[in-house]
Amino acid sequence: MTPKMRWQAILVVLVVGLCAWRASYTLRYFSLDDAEKAQMSPEQVAALEQNSLKLGLDLQGGMHLVLEVDKEGLPPSEAADAMDRALEVIRNRIDQFNVAEPSIQRQGDNRIIVQLPGLQDEERAKNLIGRTALLEFVPVEPAEQVDVVFRSIDRALADTMAAHGELQDLPDAADPGYQAALLAREHPFSSRARYIQTVPYFQETIVPWAQQQLARLDLEALLPRDAENTLVPRVRVGWSEQTVTLEDGNAYRPLYVLSRDALMTGSVVSTVEVRPGLDEDNPNSPGVSLRMNREGGRTFAQYTGAHVGDYLAIVLDGKVQSAPVIRDRIPAGTPASITGGFSDEEARDLAIVLRAGKLPAPMTIQEERTVGPSLGRDSVAQGVRAMVIGFLAVVLFMVIYYRLSGALAILALVANLFVLVAVMSILPVDPKPALTLPGLPGIILTIGMAVDANVLILERIKEEMRNGKTIRAAIRDGYDRAFLTILDSNLTTLIAAGVLWKFGTGPVKGFAVTLSIGIAASMFTAIVATRVVYDSVTTKWSLKRLSI
Amino acid sequence: MELLIGTKINFMGARRVAFGISLAMIGISIISIIAHGGVRLGVDFSGGILLQVQSEKSLPAQDIRSTLEKMGLGDAEIQQFGRESESIIRIGQSKATPELAASIVKALNADHPDNPTTLRRRELVGPKVGSELRRTATLAVIFALIGMLIYIWFRFEFMFGMGGLASLAHDVVITLGFLSITNKEITLSIIAALLTIVGYSINDTIVVYDRIRENRKKMYGKSLVDIVNKSVNETLSRTLVTGMSTIFVLIILFFFGGEVIHDFAFALLVGVLVGTYSSIYIATPLVVDWQLSVDARRRSRLKAAAGRA
Repeated sequence: MTPKMRWQAILVVLVVGLCAWRASYTLRYFSLDDAEKAQMSPEQVAALEQNSLKLGLDLQGGMHLVLEVDKEGLPPSEAADAMDRALEVIRNRIDQFNVAEPSIQRQGDNRIIVQLPGLQDEERAKNLIGRTALLEFVPVEPAEQVDVVFRSIDRALADTMAAHGELQDLPDAADPGYQAALLAREHPFSSRARYIQTVPYFQETIVPWAQQQLARLDLEALLPRDAENTLVPRVRVGWSEQTVTLEDGNAYRPLYVLSRDALMTGSVVSTVEVRPGLDEDNPNSPGVSLRMNREGGRTFAQYTGAHVGDYLAIVLDGKVQSAPVIRDRIPAGTPASITGGFSDEEARDLAIVLRAGKLPAPMTIQEERTVGPSLGRDSVAQGVRAMVIGFLAVVLFMVIYYRLSGALAILALVANLFVLVAVMSILPVDPKPALTLPGLPGIILTIGMAVDANVLILERIKEEMRNGKTIRAAIRDGYDRAFLTILDSNLTTLIAAGVLWKFGTGPVKGFAVTLSIGIAASMFTAIVATRVVYDSVTTKWSLKRLSI
Repeated sequence: MELLIGTKINFMGARRVAFGISLAMIGISIISIIAHGGVRLGVDFSGGILLQVQSEKSLPAQDIRSTLEKMGLGDAEIQQFGRESESIIRIGQSKATPELAASIVKALNADHPDNPTTLRRRELVGPKVGSELRRTATLAVIFALIGMLIYIWFRFEFMFGMGGLASLAHDVVITLGFLSITNKEITLSIIAALLTIVGYSINDTIVVYDRIRENRKKMYGKSLVDIVNKSVNETLSRTLVTGMSTIFVLIILFFFGGEVIHDFAFALLVGVLVGTYSSIYIATPLVVDWQLSVDARRRSRLKAAAGRA
């Protein structure tokens, strides 16, 4: 054996061995069933997953969204970085879905591609991502104002009910229920609420009723106005997004009376963090720490200084997300903390709301592809089955046609698959190339086409042997002559794969990646790896006959 | 085992017949595409909604259609497989709204409460994206062809590049024609299949070209037709073995790969067959005829020059 051959042999063994080892992660990961996964620690599963081949959205299930940011109507100064803000907002929102590896990419100057693997609740995601949201910090009106508003609602509602003949007849004045009935008749709205620290709470079961009543009244006309600006009421009402379970075991939903003007909008928020230990009363429950920009900090300091003990509502799209009480003046430059015995989930949800702020421009969904997890599993199962049968067919064919040399070509094919899987599972580009549904036939096709390199070599060796060359010379010339052909034919296929990669989206890109790596791997295994075997066999023994 | 070794088939002698057959196939393809009002574009390119639903028991297409008709979606396309329990429903751009998929599934469940139906896949493509994908797909095929022309031109000769390009265009048109005749839709994965066909066919062509290049040096002085015939014959067993192994795999893919891959495998099957044929009967003979006409012109020019002298 010449030194060059020895080095080649070492290289081949090393590369194939390394790839087989890398590919074993993928094999292990995908052969685990749920019960086995449950037995392993989450870290072990995560490590296996990290090291194994990634499946595309169409195989593991998930959602692929293409959003378009509508920059028309934005002033040029805002339009310039509207995309950056939109990306930030989407990133913030998506982080909250607990999706393992979300991917958010910019495409062109007004598109954003969002990929949410394994996502189950598409409707919720679509709503949360695509919505143009407005976040405001709004002062909650004091108790007197609630009284004023509720009294005028009561009056108007009582009149309306009377006009529609909906009022209940009063029982006799001596009846024990008389007082209650009178109250319900004269204060049909406020009497239904419970008051906790001056905030009215409605039992969840009557919230729809209350909403209907408010909708049929001309609420705008009832609300109190400023002396100077009589066109717009100076307050508004806002339902809470959350319900609270009170001591009677029933769920209640607060209805807040809010100032018309927001103190500030979500645009002043700079950073939001969920942190433990913010709440002295509940040291174990997390709080939300909120930093604002300079302007927001100043406004906030001023307001909190003057309104200690009052409530400030955090309102998203007209719904009150939270209405913390102001405990202290919050000086500009220090973070505000929002606490209240939150669960982890509640704190996280509030942080989402604060972070999401308001979308810089409306976004529309231009493209959506969602695959349920069951379909993905079926596709994988069918693809794997086709791959196994296809592989067996090629094995049979090659062994019958080329005998031992065919078997060696098959070994090269197996090595080829190892290299393919290993490279795809470690390729450090972002996003990591995923095996997609079109990529499955890409692998199968690689099996079919990878034999081509072997076939070209074997046919050439046969030809050289027919021309009367010795076995060793025939092998040498066969490889040398076939090399150029293989190079030319594979490079042209790579051109097709490259174009696919450049122009394709999602799944098609995955196909292009699979095909390219497969082609490159086949050139290595067919040209270098099999050669090493022939060379070592022919130098060790002087063969009289080649099984080809 | 050896097949087709030492053959001396006169491939180039039959090239006129092959040109005739190819022209006829291209003609039929174009007529079919025109008769169908263009290639049939899938949701990817035309825009609209595609949903794949699965029911517990069989849910015949006419039942789905009657539900859809009640929703004013009578013109939806329904395709079924797997004992009629799985269906793909396509709704055109004009009626597509993001909420439609969910409401169709709801309506199906309301009409067939004893046969629960679930949504397994949903694709929504807006009109803008559809037309962009159309454009990029066309560009992709064109750029792939040009890329190969340049590569072959660089590695061989311009003439060979043009021969390869013509055979690839031939393969693409005939594959599209087959898809049109069988009324299959053009989707993104079909475009991937077309480009794979282009890659496979040029692969095949280059193996022959390569041998011609080699034999031209070895057989200096022999006629081009002889050289080409010998080259095609010498590479014939390789063409057969590779073609057969690829086609085996594709047939298996076609039958076992699952419904979503079905059309993809079909396109590839047609393309690999046509691509193998075109490497021998289109790409190579075109170069032969071109070279012969160049030679003839040169000879007549030489003769004219000699006559003047």
